[in-house]
Formats: sequence, structure tokens, C-alpha cells
Amino acid sequence: MVTGFRDMVDFPILSIMTFLPLAGVFIILMIRGEAEDVDRNAKHMALYTSLFVLAFGLFLFKGFDGSSADFQFVEKVQWFSSFGFSYHMGVDGISVFFVLLSAFLTPICIIASWDSIKTRVKEFMVAFLMLECLMIGTFCALDSILFYVFFEGVLIPMFLIIGVWGGPRRVYSAYKFFLYTLLGSVLMLIALLTLYVQGGTTDIPALMDVDIAKNMQLWLWLAFFASFAVKMPMWPVHTWLPDAHVEAPTAGSVILAGVLLKMGGYGFLRFSLPMLPDASLFFAPMVFWLSVIAIVYTSLVALVQEDMKKLIAYSSVAHMGFVTLGIFTVTTQGVEGAIFQMLSHGLISAALFLCVGVVYDRLHTREIGRYGGLVNNMPRYATVFMIFMLGSVGLPGTSGFVGEFLTLVGAFQVDTIIAALATTGVVLGAVYMLLLYRRVIFGPQDNKDAAAMADLNIREIGVLVPLALLVLWLGVFPTTVTDRIAPSVDKLIRNYEADINADPVAEKTTIEDVIIIPNIIIPEGGSL
Amino acid sequence: MSDFNLIPLLPEIFLSMIAMGLLIVGVSQGNKVTPVICWACAGGLAIAALLLLGMNWDTHVVLNGMFVFDQFAGFMKLLIILGLITALALSVQYLEQEHMARFEYPILVVLAGVGMMMMVSANNLLALYIGLELQSLSLYVLAAFNRNSLRSAEAGIKYFILGALSSGMLLFGISLIYGFTGSIDFTVIGQSLGGLETIPFGVTFGLVFILAGLAFKISAVPFHMWTPDVYQGAPTCVTALFAIVPKVAAMALLMRLLFDPFMAAQEQWMQIIYFISLASMALGAFAAIAQENIKRLLAYSSIGNMGYALIGIVAGSPEGAGAVVLYILIYMVMTAGVFAIVIGMRRENIAAEQISDLGGLSKTHPVQAYAMAIFMFSMSGIPPLAGFFGKLFIFQAAVAQEFYILATLGILTSVVAAYYYLRIIKVMFFDEAVDGFDQAMPFARRAVLFIAVVFLLAFIIRPEAIIESAQSAASALFI
Repeated sequence: MVTGFRDMVDFPILSIMTFLPLAGVFIILMIRGEAEDVDRNAKHMALYTSLFVLAFGLFLFKGFDGSSADFQFVEKVQWFSSFGFSYHMGVDGISVFFVLLSAFLTPICIIASWDSIKTRVKEFMVAFLMLECLMIGTFCALDSILFYVFFEGVLIPMFLIIGVWGGPRRVYSAYKFFLYTLLGSVLMLIALLTLYVQGGTTDIPALMDVDIAKNMQLWLWLAFFASFAVKMPMWPVHTWLPDAHVEAPTAGSVILAGVLLKMGGYGFLRFSLPMLPDASLFFAPMVFWLSVIAIVYTSLVALVQEDMKKLIAYSSVAHMGFVTLGIFTVTTQGVEGAIFQMLSHGLISAALFLCVGVVYDRLHTREIGRYGGLVNNMPRYATVFMIFMLGSVGLPGTSGFVGEFLTLVGAFQVDTIIAALATTGVVLGAVYMLLLYRRVIFGPQDNKDAAAMADLNIREIGVLVPLALLVLWLGVFPTTVTDRIAPSVDKLIRNYEADINADPVAEKTTIEDVIIIPNIIIPEGGSL
Repeated sequence: MSDFNLIPLLPEIFLSMIAMGLLIVGVSQGNKVTPVICWACAGGLAIAALLLLGMNWDTHVVLNGMFVFDQFAGFMKLLIILGLITALALSVQYLEQEHMARFEYPILVVLAGVGMMMMVSANNLLALYIGLELQSLSLYVLAAFNRNSLRSAEAGIKYFILGALSSGMLLFGISLIYGFTGSIDFTVIGQSLGGLETIPFGVTFGLVFILAGLAFKISAVPFHMWTPDVYQGAPTCVTALFAIVPKVAAMALLMRLLFDPFMAAQEQWMQIIYFISLASMALGAFAAIAQENIKRLLAYSSIGNMGYALIGIVAGSPEGAGAVVLYILIYMVMTAGVFAIVIGMRRENIAAEQISDLGGLSKTHPVQAYAMAIFMFSMSGIPPLAGFFGKLFIFQAAVAQEFYILATLGILTSVVAAYYYLRIIKVMFFDEAVDGFDQAMPFARRAVLFIAVVFLLAFIIRPEAIIESAQSAASALFI
């Protein structure tokens, strides 16, 4: 059972993965010399640091016991001892792949920015490594305050990345991103503090066992929802995403679509479902309808976009709709599908934004109409782009299929109408992606500049091919992921159903119950 | 109780003597020794801090119950002294640059400090008033210290008139309290109110007036009107002083007053503080959006911050009080850091005060820009910076006492406030560069900047010592 890696019990691999990027930041800040040398050394340093983190990530993957539903690689140290917070890190099947995704996408982003970021290179690399630290920390944290610190801290580097290196409307987009997300998050903070007061602990595994009164659950659920729904983003609070994506530099879009959006889904799985099961059941129909609207509506919106990045951004909202749909079915297929869909979308949308970045670097426009017939002068690009396009459509054999299929299977078990409506989104997804592909890759070569563009260079191939291989691998061997997440998902669903069944009046809540201001009893020892 | 013991007053006595002695030196030597007197005052304050640390921090009540020294007083006095040293350190160069290096400045600062320390230790309504007036009179003069500037004179007059009005209200409230409880001694008031089933209406009435007077001193809405004008008009080094120190003293005084003699009337004052807190947070957040002058912006920011601190008082629990102490400590550090930068905003030896003057600071002075960005993110309460934890503990205290609505509304205003803090970051990082500032950055300002940045960044790593001392200081109020 026990592998060699887990014998090294005291080896704090999660902390190392989280804080190694910060060590890189310090070294980069120390670099002195000519501007050109500084830029070059900063880039190399950032790349090596992120590759080291990725290497640790591979050890983590190897050492992770996929048959266990418990938290693994746990570290726990006292922190803010007078308040009883702790520095508690650990991963289970739900979080481990998000850690890997973050560790995998960061070096890709750094390579992708190698030539396209020309100003303030050192600062850019610092911001990216900080982002990596915070992302990995978010997925590893097992203390609610620690989680919030990482979750919210992400805003700082991302605000700067959009605002400093973004496009013409970058200031507006950076503000919108920051304030939208902050507004949701602060409500979550109040909810976390309430949970702390109710449960007397900030330890996430311990909080999962705390029973909370039904009325209180509903309020807390809404507060969490405010944060995670914005982060996902769900319709109708998704409007920050297209702006942020369009204005962010390529690497910023990649990390935004690839990892940051997943924090919302991860939050639902970590907080809403296990801690607030009654409220999750109560609000599930609302989430279903919001998800379906997101899937259908944003697909239609994507259909009429002229800006490539905007189109992919809207498609992200639609794909995230499948995720929320799957999560709140609380079926094995639905939840596993949601996690799989998040991972798959993390790879595919990241790759699509990189593909846009490739042509944007050459022609400096994202307008679809300015391209056409690229298959003639960029055959390699056309091939890679096709793989990701088909992955986004959800063609069997790519990772996109597995995620969408599983979530829909989960949805069918709960509500056939919802599932049927969501399935139309798959069709619409095919329409807008194929349309995009046809207009960019095929068709006449009207624009001389576009016709003169060079095909992928070695660096771009090095970035895109690993992503393509992963997308195909996960499409053919999805069990690589699903086997490892299954025990944790099963445990989540078992606990959820046990909680629901323990409370027979759960179904009977009416809206009047919700409006009553909650009456809280602080449990014994719960006060501070 | 009434044995004649002056040991607990040692720092105050020492500082008064320093002030008098240096005043004589100043009068005989003239204005050319101002920097020397500044540093001598700072040194005197540092010695006072050492005296404070060397004292016995158990509760002592001396001077016939007029003066109390306990852990809370000790901790707050330490904060006040450190704040004064910081303000003096930031002032020295600025006074020279603005041609107002007169020796009265540091002496007035020290005298204001003595007043503040009396406020913190007051155990009697008259001692409270005398401490408050000593502080206020020194500050009125300081606000108008740049007598060649019309704005500075205006600031001084405005501050004085409104301050005198608030003192009048305070005295009226004191007289009512005396009339209805028969005493001005905190201990006696507390005992007589504690024995009552209902609080007499006259006491509530008096308390309202006292709170109005004190709300003026911490610039809480609706008694905040003087703040933006005085902050803008006063010389920047005085604004820095106003922002960093007097609020600590007034907040400490408010806490002692409410948690000690008037704890029995909690139901009454809680509603008032609730409203003041909410109104301050909201006004601080919304009114700051439209500001173009950075000093005015910081004035509104300080109004909002006092609103957050008051949440902890509303909670009325030892945790709430601890959270307030901690919040004020973190607020002081952030403000000191911000002013270390604002005071250095000069082009060709003219002070620049517009937010747009910070344009492109990240290109011209990257270190200052990153420091400022850290202060701004910290003020907006973004983790992992210390400002987040200040807010966290405040809101935790509110939630623990079931003030959900106050906590929610408060945290929502912090999102609005984040908008204008971000605006400063936007100007520094996203906008085109304007001309750089004058280069000279003296050691004192560098040191303040460095300490503030390190404190805000490192707080998350080893916070226990600070939190515990803040909590044990606050718990002294609840014995």
C-alpha cells in the first residue's frame, strides 16, 4: 500500500510547491545589472522555478494514493494560535489535480510570454510566480482562513497583470475584475467567520462535521455562492470575464481561464456541498437553471462575437455551466464529470488562448474577419488548433467529451428537462467553434499580412504540443483522473446524503423560512 | 488608594519637563536649532517609551482616583509615543523645505503627546477633559503652523472653532452625568450605574453629548466635517501627525469610557456607536471616490477606518476591544507608511498634492511605488497583508456577537473603499509617467517606509506576539 514517497512522512511537499515560487521571486528581485541581462535572467529564473515546482508536482502525483479518500501529505502547524487558526495543508482526490494543473500551466505561461512581454519583464515574472504560489496554496489549504488568504490574494498579482500588461481598455477591465471578485469574496469572508463562530474551528475537515441550523445554512450558502458564482463565473455575474480576457495578456488569459475560474468550482465542492448540504439541496434547482441559461445564452452570445478572445471567453462561461450543473446534481457521475470538465477546460481553454496569442503576436489583432485561409501558410498551427477546437466541442477521444458526457449523465438522473436543455449547449458549442475554425483556418486569404504569417516556431510547438497530448490522453484514458478522484467524490456524496437523510424536513422549506433572520445558538465551546 | 504615588505618571512628568527644558533652549537659541530640538524631542519620547516599558504594568489608581495606569494604558501610550516619534521623524526635513522650521513645532508635538497620554489614563471626567484640551490646543496651533499659508490658517481656525464646539458639548454631557450620578469619578459612576435596573434618561442624554464630543475627536460621521479641510490645509507633516496619533488616544479614551463606567449603559451607547460606525464607513468609502487631492482622500480614508474600528466597540466584548487595539495598531503603521511617501511628493521643491502627481511612479520611483501599492492593498484589506487581519478580527468580533448586518454592510463598504485605493495603484502603475519627484529621501523616511512595509508583509508569519499583547491590553478594561 504505502509507496516509497509516502514513507517520507515529514517531507512538506505541499508547502514546498506553494512557497518555492516565492523563493524564486526573492532571487529575481536580487538580480542586478544591465536591463537586458536582468530581463533574460528573470525569465530563466522564473522558468526554472516553475519547472522545479512542476517536478515536485510529478512526485506528488506519484506519491498520491488514489485509493484513499482521506487528505494526504497533511501538514499542520499552529498559526494565529490565540484564535485557533492553523496552517493546515493537504490534498485529496478533489484538489490534487488542480494543484497539478496550476503547476503545469505556470511554466507554459512563462514560455508563452517569453517574447511577447517586452516591458517590465522582471515584474511580470515576479507577478506570475506570486500567482503560482497563491493558486497552489488555494487548492492545498485546509484551514478556511488560510484558504481565504490565498483565494483573495490572487487578486493582487492578477490585477497588476491585467492592468500593466493588458490591452487598450486594461484599466477598466482590471477594475471590473478586481471589484466584482472582491464583492463576492467579502461576503464569503463573513460566512467563513460565521462558520468559525458556529463550529469553533477554522479547520475545513472539522467544519465538514459541524451541523448548522437550516436557516443559517441558507444564508451562509448564499454568501458562499456570491463568491464562487462570480469566480466561476455563472450567468448573470459573468460579465467581468470577457472584459478581463480580452484585455489581459495571453498568459494572463491562460491562467485566468485555466486555473482561476476553477477556484469557484473547487469552492463549491469544498465548502458548499459538504458544509451546507441542506442549503445545497434547497438551492440546487436555482443553480440548474442558472447553469442552463449560462450554457445556452452564452453559447448564443459566443456565436456572434467578432473578437476571438471574447468568443473563447463566452465559451468558457458555457463550459463552466456544465461544471455547476454537474456539481449540484450530487451524483457520482455529475461531480466526477464536473471535476473532469474543469481539468479538461483548464487545458483546452488555456490552449485556445495560446492559439489566439500565436496569431495575435504576428498580426496584432484578434478580429476574426482579419484572418482566413491560415491552413495554407500555417499547416502546423491549423493541426494543433483543430485538436483544441474539437476538444472544446467535446468530440469523443478528447478530454472535453468525457467531462460534458459525465455531467450530462449526472443531470439526466436528477432532472431530464434540465439535461435536455443543457445538451443543446453541446450542439451550439460545436456551431460556434467550428464557425471560428472555418473562418480563421479555411476560407479565402483576403488579408495579405495574414497570408504572410510564419508557422509555429519551436517555442510555440513546445508550449502547445504537451497540452495537445494531455487533451488526447485524458480523452482516451480518462481513468487516469477519474480513478483517483472517485474515492473522494464517493465520500463527499455519502456524507451529503447522510446529512440530507438525517434531516427529514429538508425538502419542506418554504421561502418564509428563508426570510426569518436566523436565530443562532452558539454551541458549547463554540464561543471564543 | 490615595497614597501619593507619582511613579505611574513618570513618562508624562518626564515629557513635560523635556518640553519645558527644550522650550527654554529654543527661546535662547532661536529657530536655527529646530532640527536639534526635533531630534531631542524624539529622543525624549524614546526615553519615555523605555520608562514606560520599565514600569510595573499592573493596575494602579493614583491621585485620588484621577489617574489610572494599567496594561491598556501602557500599551496605548506606547503606541502614541511610537506614533509621535514617527511623525517627528517625518517632519524634520519637511519643516526646512517649507521654511517653517520653528522650534515650537516639536515642543507642541510633545505637549500634545502628554495630553494624549493623560487622556488614555484618565479615570475621571475632569482628568479626561484636561487631557483632551491639552492635546487639542497643541493641535490647533500645529494645524495653523504654516502661518504664511492661507489654507493652513483656515485649517487652524476651522479646527479650533469646531473643536471648541465639541469640547462644549463634551462639558455639557459631563455636567449632566455629574448631575445624575453625583460623581465624575469613573469608578463611582460605574458602581452607581451598575446598581440600577434602568439607566436614568439624564445619563443617556449626557452620554449622547459626551459621545458627540468624542466622535468629533476621532472624526466619525456626523462630526467629521472638519477632517478633509484640516487634513488638506494643514502642513503635510502635521496632517501625518493628525492621521497617525490623536485617533489612538481618542479611541482609547472612548474604549475606557464605554467599557468601564458606562458598561451598564451598553444598550444605550451601542445603538449610537452602531450608527456612527456605519455612517463613517459609508461616508468614508463613497466620499473619497471623488477626491483629487491625496490628503483629502486620506482624510476620508481615516474616517472610514475609524468606522471599522468602532465595529469592535459595538461588539462590546473583550475580543472586540482586542480587535480595536489591533486594528488601530495596523492602521497606524499603514498610515505612517503612506505619509512617508506623501510627504516626499515634491517637484522642484514645491509640494505636490494631487493624486495625478503620482502618475507613473512605478517608472520614476519603483521602490516607493511598490511600497505605496502594498499600503493601498493593505488598506483595502486584501490578504496576505496585515490590513486584512485587522479587518478580519474586527468582523470576527462582530459576527461572534451576532451583528451580522453591521458586519455585512461594513464589509460591503470596504469594497467601495477598495475602488479608490485601487485608483492610486492605477495612477502609479497604469498611467503614463509624469516628472519624477525630487530625489532626496532622508534616512528617517526610508526607515519609516521600510519598517511599515516589513510589518505589513511579515505580520502573517509571526503575528502571535502582537496579537497577544493587544488582547491582554484590551482585557485590562474588562476586569
